[in-house]
Amino acid sequence: MQFSENWLRSLVNTDLDSQALSHALTMAGLEVEDMQPVAAAFSKVVVAKIISAEKHPDADRLQVCKVDVGLAEPLQIVCGAANARAGLVAPCAMVGAELPGFSIKQAKVRGIESFGMMCSSKELGLSAEATGLLELDSEAVVGQDIRQYLDLDDHLLTLKLTPNRSDCLSLTGIARDVAAITGAATRFETISPAAVELSQHKKVTVAEPSACPRYCGRLISGINAQVSTPAWMVKRLERSGLRSISAVVDITNYVLLALGQPMHAFDAAKLNGDVSVRFANAGESLGLLNDQTIQLKADDLIIADAQGAIALAGIMGGKPTAVSDETTDVFLESAFFIPSVIAGKARRLGLSTDSSYRFERGVDFGNTRNAIEYATTLIQKICGGKAGDVTEVIGALPARHPVKLRMARLVSVLGITFEQQTVAQLLTQLGFAFSVVEEVFTVTPPSYRFDITIEEDLIEEVARLYGYDHIPATPPVAQLNMLIAPEQQLHLNQLRDGLVSAGYQEVVTYSFVDESWERDLLGNSTPIKLKNPIASNLSVMRTSLWGGLLDTLSYNLNRKQDRAYLFEIGAVYHQIASAYHETTRISGLAYGSAKPEQWAESSKEVDFFDVKAHVEALLGATHTGRQIVYEKATHSALHPGQSARILLNGKVIGWLGKLHPKWQQQYDLAKSTFLFEMDADALLSRHLPAYQEVSKLLPVRRDLAIVLDENIAVQTVLSAVKKANIPLIQEVALFDLYQGKGIAESKKSLALSVLMHDTQKTLTDVEADTAIANLLQLLQNNFDATLRN
Amino acid sequence: MADLTHLIAEAEADFANSASMNDLEIAKAKYLGKSGSLTDALKGLGKLSAEERPAAGAAINVVKQAVEAALTARRESLLNAEQAKQLAQESIDVTLPARAQSQGGLHPVTLTLKRVEELFHSIGFEVATGPEIETDFYNFTALNIPEDHPARAMHDTFYIDEANVLRTHTSPVQVRYMENTLKTNKTPPLKIIAPGRVYRVDSDATHSPMFHQVEGLWVDEDISFANLKGVVQDFLQKFFERDDLTVRFRPSFFPFTEPSAEMDMSWNGGWLEIGGCGMVHPEVFKHVNIDSEKYRGFAFGLGVERLTMLRYGVNDLRHFFNNDLRFLSQFR
Repeated sequence: MQFSENWLRSLVNTDLDSQALSHALTMAGLEVEDMQPVAAAFSKVVVAKIISAEKHPDADRLQVCKVDVGLAEPLQIVCGAANARAGLVAPCAMVGAELPGFSIKQAKVRGIESFGMMCSSKELGLSAEATGLLELDSEAVVGQDIRQYLDLDDHLLTLKLTPNRSDCLSLTGIARDVAAITGAATRFETISPAAVELSQHKKVTVAEPSACPRYCGRLISGINAQVSTPAWMVKRLERSGLRSISAVVDITNYVLLALGQPMHAFDAAKLNGDVSVRFANAGESLGLLNDQTIQLKADDLIIADAQGAIALAGIMGGKPTAVSDETTDVFLESAFFIPSVIAGKARRLGLSTDSSYRFERGVDFGNTRNAIEYATTLIQKICGGKAGDVTEVIGALPARHPVKLRMARLVSVLGITFEQQTVAQLLTQLGFAFSVVEEVFTVTPPSYRFDITIEEDLIEEVARLYGYDHIPATPPVAQLNMLIAPEQQLHLNQLRDGLVSAGYQEVVTYSFVDESWERDLLGNSTPIKLKNPIASNLSVMRTSLWGGLLDTLSYNLNRKQDRAYLFEIGAVYHQIASAYHETTRISGLAYGSAKPEQWAESSKEVDFFDVKAHVEALLGATHTGRQIVYEKATHSALHPGQSARILLNGKVIGWLGKLHPKWQQQYDLAKSTFLFEMDADALLSRHLPAYQEVSKLLPVRRDLAIVLDENIAVQTVLSAVKKANIPLIQEVALFDLYQGKGIAESKKSLALSVLMHDTQKTLTDVEADTAIANLLQLLQNNFDATLRN
Repeated sequence: MADLTHLIAEAEADFANSASMNDLEIAKAKYLGKSGSLTDALKGLGKLSAEERPAAGAAINVVKQAVEAALTARRESLLNAEQAKQLAQESIDVTLPARAQSQGGLHPVTLTLKRVEELFHSIGFEVATGPEIETDFYNFTALNIPEDHPARAMHDTFYIDEANVLRTHTSPVQVRYMENTLKTNKTPPLKIIAPGRVYRVDSDATHSPMFHQVEGLWVDEDISFANLKGVVQDFLQKFFERDDLTVRFRPSFFPFTEPSAEMDMSWNGGWLEIGGCGMVHPEVFKHVNIDSEKYRGFAFGLGVERLTMLRYGVNDLRHFFNNDLRFLSQFR
């Protein structure tokens, strides 16, 4: 809400200067978002009248003027403006004047003395462009300071009002709050009923009194709609951000700004029969003032005449019944519509009007009649005409239930002590009616406040007037209890730190992604869609973090990076039946050399097993009680020969693999990209360590090499050995893999280290030989493996 | 018996001329070997009479000890020289760069969230989470924002369907947490922070459609607005490590708190808006069956990107989601 500071000051008598007033408003909850002077600083410019204008003897475009500036003698001023002419009243900057950017000195212009300068609005800093001298009203008092005459010592204030403070959507409301904040007195104009000189009136039927509990209508006949709006009103409207349109419309807008009551004027000649307030019927439509024609819905409250809708109640009037220059009779409306009836309707139509904005937040229903009287008086004064009686229909207005405020509650909520007298004083300043019995105030909210229904509302009012600044910052006093910190539960930050140590940079990408990533990369044709995405490439919720990681990779490769290790931890979103599910995933991408380019090691591109090592670290593979299985499986994003499904204790928790060459090509990636993604929750639990006896005896190690079919997965071999639980054999590990010369086609050689151990006694060679023989037997039986020669 | 003392000088000369251990061994043999001159001399003692023998033996031994001493000295010297040579060969340029390892790092938003969590944890706050696809009920209704309330228009909500939205703030976590806690028969005090992603239909230089908030909630019997100021001020002073930082509260409006305030903090001689807060609205307590006569609570919401920008001097919000490695690597 924008308005003129001077207009506000005309309604409330405060001695705060502009800065202090602005600060006081902000600190009371009416945030001043912006404060701008109406005009830049300048001095010694007065209203002047050109008495005569003669052509300059030595210059075609210049005139030598005699100018009356209110002094005993007229001034001689050389002027180049095309509109300079005898009789024109315009601003004149006298010698010594300081204008925005320059000052005025006595000068000789082409040989003729000039004692000042006639000014355009541009030269005074009032506009960016001007075509000639600023033409003033011919009645303006010559010699008056122009700042005074044009009321330029004023500021435009813009309030950022919160939705609860509809009472401050008018100058009256703001003035009332300034009075409450500062204790200053208001000086509101007394509104008296306009003289009734017309016997006609329109009958008004309110079919929905619960939606429109108060409606005032009045005919005013014989007006002149073509008169121009007085300058003072135009100025106030403009300083509130409203353009002058026509006298009648300007008056309704002025009343809206002054009192906060939206008004509407219909051209009475265009109305058919009486007026009613009702919900729209099926099939009804209405052409609005903004040239939009709307199909009305059953919950749209309308004003109608005998032929149908003439206005969308509280939102916008209809085009066919609008006032025009030809209008001579108007039907003026001032009504109160219930906020919930208006709320949302304008938004549904993509509209926001000054009227709907106020009605959906709450308009003072105690002022409906005053507003129509005020508007009538203004119309009569400006456009003439005779007014008829006010037709008023009143239903059940919103109740103003008394609200209790207990001193004890006030003190405990705010955390400071108050004198009861202070509270009483603040409530008085607010203009709230109250009584007090034994430290309990009973407050009846005024008709303009829609936000006082519970005790906390009053506590907030007291606090805001008392000043939040005066409430101290006090640390709470509380019992000390240690927080639960289960040892077996890891924090996500520990996983983060692990990946950071492994060289991964964390990124944060959008949760909504390009639909094509889901469809192509992840084979998901039914992602969760946003109804109103911000861009078409951010329209669906991700089911994997890979899209964002690949996108980030491309972004950085385009910026001359040649190596990227990235990870993200974040939610993915799935719809299962009608429910939405979110899972936190930890996802990584590795691209480029395994280690940064350096002198110490020769360069090697990252491969599957580098990334597998990072996955193992996350999985806590060395912890006891973990059964980790990598299953060769296909995934639409991954190379079919280099992808694995990861199972932890029998449950699928993620994927690891190389980006499929077709996506590598599509993303224009020069090198192979490796990806992994796992459910973060699965990685966050750890076994509590449990001590086991440390043997005093040393283990025996035997190495053996076996040859078997190349298609047998190593994991299968090792798991089978582990499962067989051969006596004395503690651990079997792979330490070499060989294929090629000396090994038959389609076979491979595995070199295994076998650790054997007896906890009770030292192993003999015979016992060790037996255990190895058992192992070889198992490998032969299960995998047709032979000892390598 | 011939005088053998000349052998000392000869041996010393021979040893000195031996450039290697091997040469030294050969030179040694010349005097002390099986047929070395001193060995021969000792063997020759047998031919002497019993009277002559002791004196002659003693004389030989003096020479032999001197030769052995010369040998040991030369041996040591040769060994030292060899070691010195080996050490010289093994010397490296210690100024060469270290073996390069990949260097990772955390996202600056994570850095801020970690610090926020640590600071609040230090006074007993636990971390709570909630869904990002949130029901209309938890995102709005339970927070006292009924349908068609003008406050909804302030939120620029992403809709999934009629009943579900992308949460526009982390405040719904308050409601879910209180509800769940009471279901498990736990009662206040409740102290949580709820960090996470939130979403608004807004995208320009100063708005991102996705950003992070931290919601804080403390419910207890004697929690007041003055305590809210105390906790927020303490947090901001500790977060920015500035004792002189002050917090200004301005009256504002949020449907789920009352009294409500905007929090500004002093910064470079002015005030910066840092979040919203207030005392939990009785309607919110009603939704989760907490007796607002007995308990009071405060809640606050802080913008994580804002805190991060101020803390590290980042001047453009868009950096956080472009994920340019040249930007992110600055936070390692």
